[in-house]
Amino acid sequence: MTKTLRALLGATALAALAGAAIAETTITVATVNNGDMVRMQGLMDDFYAKNPDIKVEWVTLEENVLRQNVTTDIATGGGQYDVITIGTYEVPIWAKQGWLEGLNDLPADYDIDDLLPAIRGGLTVDGTLYASPFYGESSFVNYRKDLAEKAGITIPDAPSWDEIKAAAAAMTDTEAGIYGICLRGKAGWGENMAFLTTMANSYGARWFDENWQPQFDSPEWKAVMTDYVELLTKYGPPGASNNGYNENLTLSLQGKCAMRMDATVSAGSLTDPAQSEFADQVGFALAPDAGLGKRANWLWAWSLAIPASSDAKEASKAFVNWATNKDYIALVASKEGWRNAPPGTRTSLYANPEYAALPFAKMTIDSINAADPTNPATKPVPYVGVQFVAIPEFAGLATSVGEIFSAALAGQKTVDEALAEAQALSVEEMTAAGYIQ
Amino acid sequence: MARAVSRRHKVVVTLAAWSVALIIFFPVLWMILTSFKTETSAVASPPQLFTADWTLENYAEVWARSDYPRFFGNSVVISVGSTLLGLAIAIPAAWAMAFVPGKRTKDLLMWMLSTKMMPAVAVMIPVYLIFLRTGLIDTRIGLVIALMLMNLPIIIWMLYTYFKEIPAEILEAARMDGAGLWGEIVHVLTPMALPGIASTMLLNIILAWNEAFWTIVLTTTNAAPLSAFIASFSAPQGLFYAKLSAASAMAILPILILGWFSQKQLVRGLTFGAVK
Repeated sequence: MTKTLRALLGATALAALAGAAIAETTITVATVNNGDMVRMQGLMDDFYAKNPDIKVEWVTLEENVLRQNVTTDIATGGGQYDVITIGTYEVPIWAKQGWLEGLNDLPADYDIDDLLPAIRGGLTVDGTLYASPFYGESSFVNYRKDLAEKAGITIPDAPSWDEIKAAAAAMTDTEAGIYGICLRGKAGWGENMAFLTTMANSYGARWFDENWQPQFDSPEWKAVMTDYVELLTKYGPPGASNNGYNENLTLSLQGKCAMRMDATVSAGSLTDPAQSEFADQVGFALAPDAGLGKRANWLWAWSLAIPASSDAKEASKAFVNWATNKDYIALVASKEGWRNAPPGTRTSLYANPEYAALPFAKMTIDSINAADPTNPATKPVPYVGVQFVAIPEFAGLATSVGEIFSAALAGQKTVDEALAEAQALSVEEMTAAGYIQ
Repeated sequence: MARAVSRRHKVVVTLAAWSVALIIFFPVLWMILTSFKTETSAVASPPQLFTADWTLENYAEVWARSDYPRFFGNSVVISVGSTLLGLAIAIPAAWAMAFVPGKRTKDLLMWMLSTKMMPAVAVMIPVYLIFLRTGLIDTRIGLVIALMLMNLPIIIWMLYTYFKEIPAEILEAARMDGAGLWGEIVHVLTPMALPGIASTMLLNIILAWNEAFWTIVLTTTNAAPLSAFIASFSAPQGLFYAKLSAASAMAILPILILGWFSQKQLVRGLTFGAVK
């Protein structure tokens, strides 16, 4: 009888232990809806094969909604999300708030030293990596080689603004529906202000001086805005003030933009014959400069981070390691070709001869390497960030300034009026936020 | 002559009504047409109403990429649940205001309505914290409560308007015949106000179904309804309009069908007492 009882108890204990051993940890991953993220969701079988005890639930939201939800949750310590997709803008701000888990202890096979230095620098605070890049991007010029040839011009690999202006003038053929240049005009800190901030960097302008005084009243900003409005008014598509990334990409895929300056990540679409009739005619060049030592290219990375409030940090780290490891890039390449591999994060990708042979690979890495988030302008600045200023107030302020500049582009106000309004608004906001005493 | 004018008048009114209806319906029509286009056709410039390459691929991809039945189930539970709970609270409240008004009843009604004028985002953090601390975050019961509270002023206002149309003498007669308070509300008032209650119910189901702020803020995976389903197909980068349109069409179709079948009831309820 006792033996039977013991056997039963033993069996129960074993069953309980076995149950514990295969206990599943569920992590919630908040992400944006873009091609690379959707592709990752389709490759989850590989993750589950390597991590059978972890279940991943996805929350996919539009970028701004995601930002709002994740900020609310993380600021209140909600712990609803275990892995979040965040940009280069948020990482330094949130890391300083203590909202993110450090990632320096990822397994050795993660190979942290393989991350591109510029991208890694943007995600590191005080020596600790707080987010692992999933894909990185800069901005560059893409143009139609056939139109350049027809116009009898050559766009150099490293053009100046003057060369870009001349090329835009030469290639514009409004009767044929061809616009010399397409630039972001839609208001938003991640839309027109991302572009204009990089243009300002190359023109010697800056958002703030060393004492956080806004600089929109400087001659450099006047030159930026004058040239921007003139370029788009003379050679841009109609309604340019409503065009953001998507609209200009669509125009480029349709061959209507002779030239466009935008994210390097769009190169995959532009050179894909399934998406563009002009895929074999696309040329790339670095973002232009004005001879002052800075090019008008940005630096951005969508990265995976773990909120400090997550209660499944180890499982989350296993996921982040899988999704941003070199092996994952190889997995994507094996399933969908090197063109679709997440770009802009690892040195080894650009050392790979198959990837390096892609028409946009070299320009992408050169553009990323040309961006310096810690020293973005030609003059000294008190902030970090190339196409943004890494302070919490920037998103709201830059969106308001973006609306003013978009109105100037639409002809609703002059460049001088827009700059004066932007200056007054910035002084008011920065004073209210305590930056200006 | 009078008959001719009347006919012309009818034609003009009918044409005007059709024009207004078409203008209102056009975005929905555009969305439905876009959902059958390829992503490239969806963003063609100049825009095309019809395309040569119709496809069902967007629906197939949207279905494959997400758990539509789960989102749909959550939408049904949340919209119907919040409406029924709201009615259970609003019927006695509207009865009291309509038949036993106090000195401050009108002020109370206005105050209730004024809560609808506050931007939801202003109370987002406190509400989020309350839901977090009480364990209601990402639960269907949490959203039932949130949406019920959000729509309660409208439910009470609508029912109050309907109840005011019912002669108080009928309720008095019921009372004289020995009906208690409960019997008066359940057996006399409710059956008489049924068209009004039905239209209030339908309208609130539609409002709750379409709610896209709290339903996204207060959910992650378990209780996310169709509003979150739509949001997951929107993106600032990349071509997504056709798939987003397909997801939107799948999300509005059930409520569109409900509205279609109950339109008579809705119109009757909404115009109840309007020509008195």
